[in-house]
Amino acid sequence: MRKLLLPSIIIVAASLLLIRIFYLQVINDTFKLKSENNAIKIQYEYPERGYIYDRNGKLLVANQASYDIMVIPREIKNLDTLEFCQLLDITKEEFIKKIEKATVYSPRLPSVFLPQLNKSEYAAFQEKIRKFQGFYVQKRSLRDYEVDFGANVFGSITQVNEQIIKENPYYKSGDLIGKQGVEQYYEEILRGVKGVKYFQKDKYNRLIGSYKNGKYDTIAVQGEDINLTIDAEIQRYGEQLMVNKRGGIVAIEPKTGEILALITAPSYDPSILVGRQRSKNYTLLYNDSIAKPLYDRGLLAEYPPGSPFKILTGLVALQEGVIDEQFTVFCRHGFSYARGRFMRCHCHGGALQLHRGIYESCNAYFGTAYMKTINKYVKPSYAVDVWSNHVKSFGLGQFMGYDLPTGRRGNIPSSKTYKRIYPNGGWRSTAIVSNAIGQGEVLMTPIQLANMMATVANQGYYYTPHIIKKIKGENIDPKFKVKHTTTINKEYFTPIINGLFDVYNLGTARGLRVDGIDICGKTGTAENFAKIDGKRVKLEDHSIFVAFAPKDNPKIAIAVMVENGGYGATIAGPIASLMIEKYLRKKITRTDLEKRILERSLRDRYAILGGMKEANAIESTPKDTIQKYKETKTNTATDTTKKSN
Amino acid sequence: MKNQSVKKNIDWICVIIYSVLVILGWLNIYSSSLSSLEDTYQKQLIFIFLTIPLIFTILAVDAKFYEKYSSVIYIIGLLSLAGLFVFGKTIKGQTNWYSFGSFGLQPSEFVKTATALAIAKYLSDSQINLKDTNRQIQVLSILALPIFLIVPHDPGSALIYTIFLIVLYREGLPAWYIWTGFVAVVLFIFTLIFEPQYVILMALIAILIVYWRSRLADRNIVASSIVFVLIAAFVLSVNYVFENVFKQHHRDRFNILLGKTVDLKGIGYNTNQSEIAIGSGGLFGKGFLEGTQTKGGFVPEQHTDYIFTTVGEEWGFVGSLAVIALFVILLLRLIYLAERQKTKFSRVYGYCCAGILFIHFFVNIAMVIGIFPTIGVPLPFFSYGGSGLWGFTILLFIFLKMDANKVNEW
Repeated sequence: MRKLLLPSIIIVAASLLLIRIFYLQVINDTFKLKSENNAIKIQYEYPERGYIYDRNGKLLVANQASYDIMVIPREIKNLDTLEFCQLLDITKEEFIKKIEKATVYSPRLPSVFLPQLNKSEYAAFQEKIRKFQGFYVQKRSLRDYEVDFGANVFGSITQVNEQIIKENPYYKSGDLIGKQGVEQYYEEILRGVKGVKYFQKDKYNRLIGSYKNGKYDTIAVQGEDINLTIDAEIQRYGEQLMVNKRGGIVAIEPKTGEILALITAPSYDPSILVGRQRSKNYTLLYNDSIAKPLYDRGLLAEYPPGSPFKILTGLVALQEGVIDEQFTVFCRHGFSYARGRFMRCHCHGGALQLHRGIYESCNAYFGTAYMKTINKYVKPSYAVDVWSNHVKSFGLGQFMGYDLPTGRRGNIPSSKTYKRIYPNGGWRSTAIVSNAIGQGEVLMTPIQLANMMATVANQGYYYTPHIIKKIKGENIDPKFKVKHTTTINKEYFTPIINGLFDVYNLGTARGLRVDGIDICGKTGTAENFAKIDGKRVKLEDHSIFVAFAPKDNPKIAIAVMVENGGYGATIAGPIASLMIEKYLRKKITRTDLEKRILERSLRDRYAILGGMKEANAIESTPKDTIQKYKETKTNTATDTTKKSN
Repeated sequence: MKNQSVKKNIDWICVIIYSVLVILGWLNIYSSSLSSLEDTYQKQLIFIFLTIPLIFTILAVDAKFYEKYSSVIYIIGLLSLAGLFVFGKTIKGQTNWYSFGSFGLQPSEFVKTATALAIAKYLSDSQINLKDTNRQIQVLSILALPIFLIVPHDPGSALIYTIFLIVLYREGLPAWYIWTGFVAVVLFIFTLIFEPQYVILMALIAILIVYWRSRLADRNIVASSIVFVLIAAFVLSVNYVFENVFKQHHRDRFNILLGKTVDLKGIGYNTNQSEIAIGSGGLFGKGFLEGTQTKGGFVPEQHTDYIFTTVGEEWGFVGSLAVIALFVILLLRLIYLAERQKTKFSRVYGYCCAGILFIHFFVNIAMVIGIFPTIGVPLPFFSYGGSGLWGFTILLFIFLKMDANKVNEW
């Protein structure tokens, strides 16, 4: 049997080799990648990002050249570290840290050493670059903001992180990507497609020619310019009005669903998120957990809408036939809807019909109308669903499908909601009557409020709100051209609109009339609470106002929400009417009102939420940031931080 | 008439596989040489053409010649190795070349054949019994002489000669040689991986278990103790040799294999690059002349010892499988032919031939794919180099001549 030893060894050995080769070539796929890193140099050509214009063709966002210093760690030779650090204004520790980080990523591949140098920094470096072997400069295009507003609309661009690289193979380390706003939503359109050139390298990292004769090379495709539906003028004006306040404004053109303004406060100058200060500033904005400048209140802030919701309560009651225009309720500064339960009302009381019910915002009237709607059917659960479907046909309680990357559903309760709250059943209309006046389980965001007003203005239809007006060389999403019709008949809108019109003439917004413009509006207040030192404290109400104008040919529908602003007519109402005047007239006649609102600061009210801390954090940042940080731009007498200096 | 019989009787399977391997080798050398300015593929083509007269000469010589003059050939071989100490030329740290102008000759490539002939000749005497200790010493001396002469120049390729142990085992060498060799290799590797004291402890436990488990009559406390002492001494000396006698680059080669050091830029570069090249080939490879690693010249010594990386990268797993299959068929065919030889001389020689080709084939590819330390051993018929190609050609065709001649051996 000794004869068998050598043949056996041969077969075992050959199998061993084959197993290992199979592992290397077929099972383990890391070598393919390593081989590409090794032998192929990929050169990218970054196209310029598309410009962003407003609805009137005003340029909002353009580009500027920026220069990243790249490093290939293993190619660093004879570097005068001291000179290098001085030139780039970094410390030796930073230098060592950055080189280490780059080496960990790859000694032979380029990493970003110092991102986003401006032109003069670049020029100074370029002059001496031949002394710094292993470093080179990669040109990229960065945003150049032509305006100092609209940060929440635009979003920003940032270097891709590892997760994005993993999920989307298009992006490579050091690439830029849109984050938040239209930069994120229209990333692929704005970005274009980068061009790629492959080169074969040899072991000395020298290029020895194009790889496979350029078979895989592609040419860069320019990013497309886009026009937003935003009107730069009222966007800027709205942000100005909101200085030193917190909240959101959304304005929509009812006939098209185009978003005319999308404002959140506090905001910041978009240009602070460009260049070498970006990460510092971004961290600052990100960590401000109280004022939340990165939180788009126009899209994300969910509140019980309060009185503006009475519009829908009225419309549904009319549609269901449980009330008509002549239906009368006697208000005793409130109404008792069940034994021992009383809903207070601030109206002037007495016998009211629908028209006065609206302009005086009578709780008793709409509470009664709502209960009649629910009590129309034997089963309250069925009735709630009927009501809920009517309300949802206004685009509420759901993501609206607009073209911005963030949003909230809000909430419109249905029988399912109450099954959850009352698992044993037994609830009746009296339990849910707060819905009538926009409290209870109802939640809406400012953009939903604005869309509701646009729908009322249109007397029963809306287009999905959107921010894109035009894409060069491409059509916008056809879903924005689809008319959504509500379940409410057109004729029922007339009495409601008349009531809203008299809000300005006879009702809660009497002081806010604009001569010559017929505005229909509705005030609102939303109660809110905060936990301070462990106790639940009732804070000043959020001030809410919704409106559209002109009454007969609506051109703008608007929702304004100011956190802790108090009664709807005190802050939100004036802001809405100034915005409308600005949009329709292009100029402001009521300069006193304008001045009062511009100077109005709610900072002292926010201080109890920890606003002090926030203010201090901003003070301690570099000077240019402070100046660009809107909220501190106009220092007022109530600014406590100013005194402490 | 004689030529007629060679043509009729020569084993055409071996000849065809040989030719295919040489041609494939040249194609891969051609591909790998495109990255450098050297005209290696042209030179190799000349070497290949020169094998044709060489083969005809070998086949024309009377088969008896090789047996008759085997001792002379062996002694010439030894002298050529010894001559290196005086006239040798140092290339890449190894003094194993004779230089004739631009042309170099590597005697160690031919000494393998000479040693095979000598061993076959020694064993061809039917009186020889390898159970006899004196005989064992004599035959191992034949083996030891070239090893001693090669180790100073090229310790790695001395390893090649261990394959003769398998041949001797086939011819009756006691099994414990193989076992001892096997245990020594295992202990050697363990000593490098673990601390020596742990290896000794493990050996002690193993011996105690064997002692306990064996029948009472078989228990031999003296023998067991001797075995233990030998093992301990071996382990300690391996450790000593590794730390004190081996040079740093030898230690590095082992450390890399054992995963103890990772230095992809320095000593680990070769293995890392060759794994990348092979690994990137995938199932079907990148295609002839399309290997990016090959074109970039990333793998050092790619046309010589690392030629298999080109196969792996450009022809993929399918190509690697084909090359390995060709070698396995050739080797098994040679063993089959050896076993049917009518004289002991040609049988032993055939066995040696298969063994030498096998160990080159295995050590080379195992090194390239990173499961064996870096040892400069060429891949037979594939690697660039005249000495190697001719050495293996002579080795193979002497046996094919003997095989073709066996009808006359009555």
